[in-house]
Amino acid sequence: MTGFVSFFRRLEGPQTVGRGPAFWSLFAVVMMIAVAYPLFSDGYTVGNTVYFFVWVFIALSLCLIWGYGGSLSFGQTAFFGIAGYGYGVLTLNFGSAYGFTLVALVASVAIAAFFAALLGYFMFFGRIAGVFLGIVTLAVTLMLERFMAQTAGPEWHIGSARLNGFNGMSAMPPLTIPWPGEPIVLFADVGLYYFVLGLLVFVYLALRILMNSSFGNVIVAIRENPERAEMLGYDVRKYQLITFVIGAVLAGMSGVLYTAWGQYITPSSMGMTAAALPLIWVAVGGRSDLTSTVVGTLVVLAAFQALTIYGSQYALVFMGVLLVLTVLIAPNGLVLGTMNWLGRLAARITQRAG
Amino acid sequence: MSLLELRKLNKHFGGLHVTNAVDLTLEAGEIHCLIGPNGAGKSTLFRLILGEHHPGSGDVLFAGENITALKAFARIRRGLSVKFQVPGVFKGLSVRQNLEIALQSRHRGRELEAEIDRLLVFLGLASEQAQTAGNLSHGQKQWLEIGMAISLKPSLLLLDEPTAGMSPEETHMTGEMVQRLNADGMTVLAIEHDMAFVRQVAQRVTVLHLGQVFAQGSIDEIVADERVAAIYLGQAHA
Ligand SMILES: Nc1ncnc2c1ncn2[C@@H]1O[C@H](COP(=O)(O)OP(=O)(O)OP(=O)(O)O)[C@@H](O)[C@H]1O
Ligand SMILES: [Mg+2]
Repeated sequence: MTGFVSFFRRLEGPQTVGRGPAFWSLFAVVMMIAVAYPLFSDGYTVGNTVYFFVWVFIALSLCLIWGYGGSLSFGQTAFFGIAGYGYGVLTLNFGSAYGFTLVALVASVAIAAFFAALLGYFMFFGRIAGVFLGIVTLAVTLMLERFMAQTAGPEWHIGSARLNGFNGMSAMPPLTIPWPGEPIVLFADVGLYYFVLGLLVFVYLALRILMNSSFGNVIVAIRENPERAEMLGYDVRKYQLITFVIGAVLAGMSGVLYTAWGQYITPSSMGMTAAALPLIWVAVGGRSDLTSTVVGTLVVLAAFQALTIYGSQYALVFMGVLLVLTVLIAPNGLVLGTMNWLGRLAARITQRAG
Repeated sequence: MSLLELRKLNKHFGGLHVTNAVDLTLEAGEIHCLIGPNGAGKSTLFRLILGEHHPGSGDVLFAGENITALKAFARIRRGLSVKFQVPGVFKGLSVRQNLEIALQSRHRGRELEAEIDRLLVFLGLASEQAQTAGNLSHGQKQWLEIGMAISLKPSLLLLDEPTAGMSPEETHMTGEMVQRLNADGMTVLAIEHDMAFVRQVAQRVTVLHLGQVFAQGSIDEIVADERVAAIYLGQAHA
């Protein structure tokens, strides 16, 4: 029982911004708005919102590995692609009956996790760290993109699923929940919205608990000073590897959901731009905090899309400018900076009132 | 019984022979000071003991076990602990969190909180607990790191210049703390330049010079040794 209570107490802690009744009331209000939102919107807009949500998982994976763990990785995009292609290959071969799409979701994420375990083992136990970690993971991502781009020929297929080179794969079935009578097909509107929203809230809360646990303590300790962490008896490389694999699971979830959402995936989703954008969302939001990452990612994505109307090249330039401004004004992230400022303001007001 | 035994430890950095066939034996329960001029290889010897560096040849035995091939974290779990020369606290985290990370593998829940509170008082850092460790004074950082090191309840505590940057009073307090820990059964090996500290705590002193064990004995024997005085003077003239 006490174990149960202390488990949920970890929803708050030094590693996550936001605590107390004020924060959780706000959280409840946001949840109610999020749940009610499809009732006041049209299917297309809801589907577009799902698209934003889909990317939050990969952003959270970077938050975990980079913001909390201190290792800058471009590999998240590779795991995104592996899981996305995995979902395509599995569902194009085995279809969507009997809830198989959900099996494919789990299996594709597991494949991404397996690759991460392999790559992570060689990197962390080979003592690759710092900027070299960034270089190796970027190389792996770009190699995967190159590789997938040259699979146009008919000889490139897995089972009945053609890889299709640069054009990518398409027409895989959306996520489908088996149901007595008629299975529920989660097309990219209200159905998928609630599914992804539920998943997102679950992942967000689970990560809050994880980061405020003793495991999270060790992760930030490694970021602050790996030598000291080792000198407290922690097997630093093992912790780094586990974090890397959890990150790959999150990135893989993005990949599967993205593929299921649009029913397509192409090699460019593992390209240079695709690898750079999540970094910008997370840096602008505030990489060392989960809430800042979620809010920052959604805001920046929405702004990016709004700007794309004027041309995607301008939107990309805007992203660059935003990143530079963040680094100059609030190196820890604009959203995180604002939240901390609001927190201090609130503290001052209550102090004055008390 | 000897707790730590170094056998013919050799370490090269390129052409530099940093430790040269170092033999050193530590008895369980003693406070042993390691002194020597700058660059003698003292800190390197610590890293060899801890597994941060690996020797070119030679062995490290701890509590009768040959630990030469063990990784650093595994040695720590066997009962070693260290405070480095340059304070290695978690700068971006609060003082309290620093101690929590050190203590969490042996305590949980309310017991953990109580243990942190106890240690904060012991270190004189209770009013700084919410502060970011990076904002502490140099001396306070040293204390915090010593606190983290002793919270592992090691059987052998390694201290690399624990009193650097401390006032004479603080140095004396650190000496008393070391003696208290020793009275509770902790064996201590301390590198120190401050001779007042060495005189206060050392039961035995080893002088390291140019990577070699140069002299060994009680503090009085070492101070009386003209050869030892000469290497320090030689350095002062250099
Ligand atoms: N990682 C390293 N790579 C190359 N040389 C090193 C390394 N670490 C130490 N050295 C060199 O080895 C020698 C011994 O260094 P060490 O830090 O062990 O000395 P020390 O006795 O602790 O000195 P001090 O009293 O100044 O702390 C020095 O000449 C130093 O420059
Ligand atoms: Mg030294």
